Amino acid sequence: MTATRLHDRTTQALRTKRPGRRWSWRDPALRGVVWQVLVVGAVLVAVGWLAVNTHQNLMSRRIASGFGFLGSESGLPIGEHLISYAPTDTYFRALLVGSLNTLRVAVSGILLATILGTAIGLARLSRNWLLAKFAAVYVEALRNLPLLLHLLLIYALLQALPPPRAALNPLAGIYLSNRGLVLPILEWAPAHGWCLAALALGVAGTFAYGRWARWRQAKDGQPRRIAPVALVLIAGLPTLAAIATDAPLSTVWPELRGFNFRGGVSLSPEYFALLLGLVLYTAAFIAEIVRAGVLSVRKGQWEAAQALGLPRSLILRKIVLPQALRVIIPPLINQYLNLTKNSSLAVAIGFQDIVSVANTTINQTGQAIEGIAIVMAVYLTISLSISLFMNWYNRRTAWAER
Amino acid sequence: MFRRTISAVATAVFTLLWAAPPAKAGATMDAVLARGELVCGINTGFIGFSYPNERGEWKGLDVDLCRGLAAALFGDPQKVRFVPLTPSTRFTAVTSGEVDVLFRNSTETMLRDVTLGLRAITPYFYDGHSFMVAASSGINKAVELDGATICLLQGTTNEQITADFFRRNNLSFTPVVFERSEQARDALKAGRCDSFGSDVGNLAAVRLSMEDPSAWKILDERLSKEPYGPFVRRGDDEWYDVVRWYVNALFQAEESGITAANVEQIAASTNDADLRRLLGVTPELGKALKLDPKWVVNAIKAVGNYGEMFERNLGRNSPLGLPRGLNEQWTKGGLIYALPMR
Repeated sequence: MTATRLHDRTTQALRTKRPGRRWSWRDPALRGVVWQVLVVGAVLVAVGWLAVNTHQNLMSRRIASGFGFLGSESGLPIGEHLISYAPTDTYFRALLVGSLNTLRVAVSGILLATILGTAIGLARLSRNWLLAKFAAVYVEALRNLPLLLHLLLIYALLQALPPPRAALNPLAGIYLSNRGLVLPILEWAPAHGWCLAALALGVAGTFAYGRWARWRQAKDGQPRRIAPVALVLIAGLPTLAAIATDAPLSTVWPELRGFNFRGGVSLSPEYFALLLGLVLYTAAFIAEIVRAGVLSVRKGQWEAAQALGLPRSLILRKIVLPQALRVIIPPLINQYLNLTKNSSLAVAIGFQDIVSVANTTINQTGQAIEGIAIVMAVYLTISLSISLFMNWYNRRTAWAER
Repeated sequence: MFRRTISAVATAVFTLLWAAPPAKAGATMDAVLARGELVCGINTGFIGFSYPNERGEWKGLDVDLCRGLAAALFGDPQKVRFVPLTPSTRFTAVTSGEVDVLFRNSTETMLRDVTLGLRAITPYFYDGHSFMVAASSGINKAVELDGATICLLQGTTNEQITADFFRRNNLSFTPVVFERSEQARDALKAGRCDSFGSDVGNLAAVRLSMEDPSAWKILDERLSKEPYGPFVRRGDDEWYDVVRWYVNALFQAEESGITAANVEQIAASTNDADLRRLLGVTPELGKALKLDPKWVVNAIKAVGNYGEMFERNLGRNSPLGLPRGLNEQWTKGGLIYALPMR
């Protein structure tokens, strides 16, 4: 090919920069369109075929489809429920109770695992040899065993507790037996609503005072203690409200009647085993994430802070952890999501979470597709909510790069 | 080049659209015969019904029913694959085609038969719901269980029956719901539950697996009717017929005094027209089901008649030692009644 011809071709190509659609395979744009249409078509046909096939099979076996069953009476007993529930309630309510049980274990699990994981992670970095080694052993031992094993072991240990009649009674009104932990509870009176409101006010007041104290400190450099003010606001205000409204302080003490303890509030061994298993297991992972985060802060930061004469605990809290957070949070989200999804192992130890309730529902109604869809929707909702919240928090803690 | 690819893709799409019509229910029998083995859904562990013995072989009434069906189909009781299923997965396994037939101590109820995409067939074991408690508890009646914690199995009729019973009598209870019978047994043994609510046959098996069976007792009351029957997928009449008349033949064999030991001899010598039909001397029964004329002979030779199966797995000479009770032949006051095989 000579230079002239090459030149001719280039100018020709430039001249016809936007050619009309050429109905030829040499036109990459046309080829692209055809391929895309074909791929999308194939996917649609496959999905449609699956839908038609499923529908026909369901029809031929007379399995009802749709979510109509949610309104009919479930008849299934559920041991633990956060909202009132009886077997006469609908499947919808039963599944709601199951979802709330899942949520209950996931939320408390995430909170406790974060606290424990952070403590273990920092302990592993401690200059105390014994503490650091203990934390290392904890992490290696717990994260290398399957979670199911943890759950079964903890549950077996809890079942080895004495029966209700011989329940351990470490403090008045607190009973620990193989039926779970029973605690006394305040009898609810309308006046307690005011106390709760006072408590909320106290927390809000403490928060406001904290902000004000920081703002003042930025001006005059004086650190101010928040703890005394917090004590007065958080403990004092509700007490004042209780005295003002003459709130009765009658307690419901659990007592052994017949087979079991009646009255008071109880934590079942199933819930406790699941919570403990999830917390201990996930904390091992969180500990490593926290350790990695702290180690990611450059040594110069420590040294500079030490040079200013700050104590070690303050350096950690004010200098290192805030910088470590941006490394910690993204993998932490994963652990939160893992914990939530792992809670479905509840089935193995008889805790009635959403999976357990949905299993029975599927068995009684035969509507497996709908049942599984509900379970998926519940987990997806919880997981996406956690993701959204944590991503928002992540953006907040991220460094504003300038 | 491109044209070839396009036409290939188009052919693929059209194959998907037209050549592969939605998989219809039916033809289970053809699939079983083509596969060369029967896939049978059984319990994960239930002494007397389906449990692995010390050599890892499945034993029990449900297992024998599966083997007998394999013998009727293939002339070989070994041509069966067992799929152990939990209560909450059993019916889905049938509707999805994972198993061909379910012999898994499953209660027949109207809604299961009509709405689950299943067909419930001739009941082969009549049982009832009761509660097992510690013998030392001093409980003799179910109503004395007010306030008790009760272990139950997920996805069983026992869940609803227990809830209904307590509601009817205005009593309360706390359920602890497990997936497997062994878990419920361990929880009962550990004292997590005051009682285990299940069918009496199941309770008897659980009691037997306790270290000291005499420390446990099953209440005399029967709170429900629990007829166990085989289940198949809905919409395949041919296969339904095979399972239905196979079970019926086992009943008829007992009534007619045909046993594993004498079946060959009777088949060779009998002049009775009913027996000649049943044992395939005249081939119309087998032909009607598209089976070998010797289908009943093969099944009986492999596992015996219904009475033999019952005695071997559940009866007085078995570890469970259950009385025949309702599961006796109708001629002796029971409910086992074979329809005429002609």
